[in-house]
Amino acid sequence: MIRDITIGQYYPAESRIHRLDPRVKIVCTLLFLISLFIQNSFLGYVIATVFLGAVIRLSNVPLKYIVKGMKPVVILLLFTVVMNLFLTQGGETLAHFWIFTISENGLRTSVFMAVRLIYLVTGSSIMTFTTSPNGLTDGLEKLLHPLNRINVPVHEVAMMMSIALRFIPIILEETDKIMKAQMARGADFESGNIIQRAKAMIPILVPLFVSAFRRANDLAMAMEARCYHGGDGRTKMKPLRYRGRDRIAYAVTLIYLVVIFIVGRYIPFKLWVF
Amino acid sequence: MSIALEHVSYVYSPGTAYEKQALKDVSFEIEQGQFVGIIGHTGSGKSTLIQHLNGLVKATSGKILYEGQNIYDAGYDMRKLRGQVGLVFQYPEYQLFEVDVLTDVCFGPKNQGLPQEECEKNAREALELVGFPEKYYRHSPFELSGGQKRRAAIAGVLAMKPKVLILDEPTAGLDPKGRDEILDQVQKLHRETGMTVILVSHSMEDVARYVERIIVMNHGEKMYDGTPREVFRHYRELEKVGLAAPQVTYVMHDLREKGFPVSPDATTIGEAADEIMKCFEYRTGESQ
Repeated sequence: MIRDITIGQYYPAESRIHRLDPRVKIVCTLLFLISLFIQNSFLGYVIATVFLGAVIRLSNVPLKYIVKGMKPVVILLLFTVVMNLFLTQGGETLAHFWIFTISENGLRTSVFMAVRLIYLVTGSSIMTFTTSPNGLTDGLEKLLHPLNRINVPVHEVAMMMSIALRFIPIILEETDKIMKAQMARGADFESGNIIQRAKAMIPILVPLFVSAFRRANDLAMAMEARCYHGGDGRTKMKPLRYRGRDRIAYAVTLIYLVVIFIVGRYIPFKLWVF
Repeated sequence: MSIALEHVSYVYSPGTAYEKQALKDVSFEIEQGQFVGIIGHTGSGKSTLIQHLNGLVKATSGKILYEGQNIYDAGYDMRKLRGQVGLVFQYPEYQLFEVDVLTDVCFGPKNQGLPQEECEKNAREALELVGFPEKYYRHSPFELSGGQKRRAAIAGVLAMKPKVLILDEPTAGLDPKGRDEILDQVQKLHRETGMTVILVSHSMEDVARYVERIIVMNHGEKMYDGTPREVFRHYRELEKVGLAAPQVTYVMHDLREKGFPVSPDATTIGEAADEIMKCFEYRTGESQ
């Protein structure tokens, strides 16, 4: 049920990707996302597929698990595909019925868009699957550290992020519990029109908010009790340090970026309309 | 008129790193009107087990029969089942949401499709059954004390007039007085209405005092099933799985080892006292 939402979650496993420095994973994910946007060609996507496939393979996260995480974006995906398919014009017309026309360009754009979106989500999920929330915020804090000089409260933002991430599974579990408890009292979330369904959410949302505030309060107390006072003068138990494998990862990603850029831009190759 | 489980197994998140067998081939039958305790330490599968009884969780394999009918049959009315098998979750007060207590308790009967007056009538009866003071009926549930909140939440399930009442750790987080009050209330409920009560707990003392039958869960399997007396005879095995028999059981066993002719089967303080008194009577009889 609701536990099945996996997007943004950590998947505990042993792998080379898991062991990388979080900063590497953040930067490389960003580079991967950029790589999807600097080119738009068949060969480029082939290279991106190979790269992503290799990373997934190395990460020891089951493909099934990653695919399951795609569920929430399916609607967005369908919407994008349909819009692009019918609204992009140009090139030869491939099919035509009533007011709908599918053109070469439409097919091309919609398929590439779909692939791009899927890779975007998959690429970022790989990062969250293989990096614990704490690692993620540690990495981000360190990466954004220079912004401290222009008075951006980097530590506080990172802390808020890590707390928010930490609370996702807790709130999900809580939602699951409350849903079940209300279902045990005969609540029905599945039938009725949209207004009835929205109304049926009240018995879940009210207790959920109450409990979220209670938890936030408890956490603030617990942090104060342990003398938390923000980022000034705070040291780390495990400071981040680059190792050999991190440098290799950077190198591989940079090479990938260069290759995809050159191939995608300068090698003309067309398979049918793509 | 019974609930029966036949070879029920349940696996959490199959095929992922979180995969966990929560229940393994569990079978038992609970007759209408029984007062049953389910015990087991944290993670033994007892909470998962009871969520099967009203169809909230679907077994990976096995059957559950309510009044002889398989609840997994196509077209089986799950909502009706949930009205008949009332389940009170752990910390049920966290599910309160309405503007006042009475309206919140009406939520269950309203979902059953009863007219407003009848909802309110059932709600009032339920609140009375759990000993909830009438002066708070129109108060917000968020202003109440912990014990009162819990009563209100239990009433929320009772208002559906279930034939079976399942309580998951109803005394968790309450002080000793609140704990005794709630359990006494539940016992009274069982006596007066004759409904089946299933009490889930990890406290042997609580369970021993009230129930007529105990089912012990360990690592998702049924370990023992019998009267408290029968189950506590295995007190050494219970200890090994992180549970303990009531303290009187230990006292009685110790006394017996020291040579007093007491029966070690006493499970409550009252029974133990009787046994010890008998022993004294026996001695004074001997000396005369």
